[in-house]
Amino acid sequence: MYDPRLSVIGERLSGISRIIVVSSGKGGVGKSLIASTISLLLARRGFKVGLLDLDFTSPTTHVVLGARGIHPSEDRGIVPPTVHGIKYMSLIFYLGDQLAPLRGSELSNALLEVLSVILWGNIDFLIIDMPPGISDPMLDVLKYVRGARFLIVTSPSKMAFETVRKLLLLLKSLKAPVIGVIENMKMDESEYVRREVEALGEIFLGEIHFDRKLEESLGSVSKLLETGFAREVEEIIQRILTP
Amino acid sequence: MHEWALAEAVISSLNDIADREGLKEVREVHLRVGELQQVDGEILLFALSQMKSGKLANTKFILKTSRAKFKCRVCGHKWSLREVKAADEVKESIHFIPEAAHAYLRCPKCNSPDFEVSSGRGLWIASVRGVK
Repeated sequence: MYDPRLSVIGERLSGISRIIVVSSGKGGVGKSLIASTISLLLARRGFKVGLLDLDFTSPTTHVVLGARGIHPSEDRGIVPPTVHGIKYMSLIFYLGDQLAPLRGSELSNALLEVLSVILWGNIDFLIIDMPPGISDPMLDVLKYVRGARFLIVTSPSKMAFETVRKLLLLLKSLKAPVIGVIENMKMDESEYVRREVEALGEIFLGEIHFDRKLEESLGSVSKLLETGFAREVEEIIQRILTP
Repeated sequence: MHEWALAEAVISSLNDIADREGLKEVREVHLRVGELQQVDGEILLFALSQMKSGKLANTKFILKTSRAKFKCRVCGHKWSLREVKAADEVKESIHFIPEAAHAYLRCPKCNSPDFEVSSGRGLWIASVRGVK
């Protein structure tokens, strides 16, 4: 028995110039907010952008984008709807408000399904918002999403960085390209994360300070893009785009 | 239609298989379609007939549907899709992403959402017959 999905994933992703996988290994560090904001800011700069929420059991990018009442269309595959100038795909379109408790093999199957049927077309960037953890979805992205580059997010917490360190070591051992590390929710002047990242030979992309107004901007893209958080993400994007 | 995306995946896979196995021509392909995904067999076969070319130009496709069956991981109860009554929008979600079944279906005996799809998920190439 042969799974035909495996042969078509490369073709489905072939029109994408750059794939950025926003990952952490740890939950609650702001991956979805950063992935969504990067997507919005790149679109505002005139790039063609796709955003794929791979957090199948707990997707949240739709909350950030205020994406409700929209649905993918069909045309020889699944065509993602455009939200605030972004081609956007999340399992939320198929799960609604239902919880989908999935085990590892089921997560892999859902991921293969998504990668093999979504038609992204020609875009400059695909931003992938990863679920927390270094398990099946991460291993599947490493296996199937060729050319992906990893943008790692951590909080200032030593507990978060403990997992991020393991993720960075895994990616390094697999020779997977890491763009760099973002320190999110910074509240003091500690240099701990910067020092640790640089000691691992990776690029420290910058810090994003804890923004008390961020929560009330969720669901309103115009409010979100006016926050200090978005301004700091914008500075980091500039660093990513500058060769 | 989603069936066209599936057909494209089948054609792409068969070209890979033909190259890997050194086949000059692919004569017959057996496909197994899981009932869970509710693929329209006629549309899938039509899409395949429109897409086949080169080594696949004369390929005969034979489609067989495998029944969708579930097994509860908590109480061990087994049941089939045909016993499930689901709204059309639920069926549509499962059609696109079969794992959506875990959001909508539960074990009819113990109400657990922790069940496995023991058969009838997805689309598989069961066998390929060709000429070297």
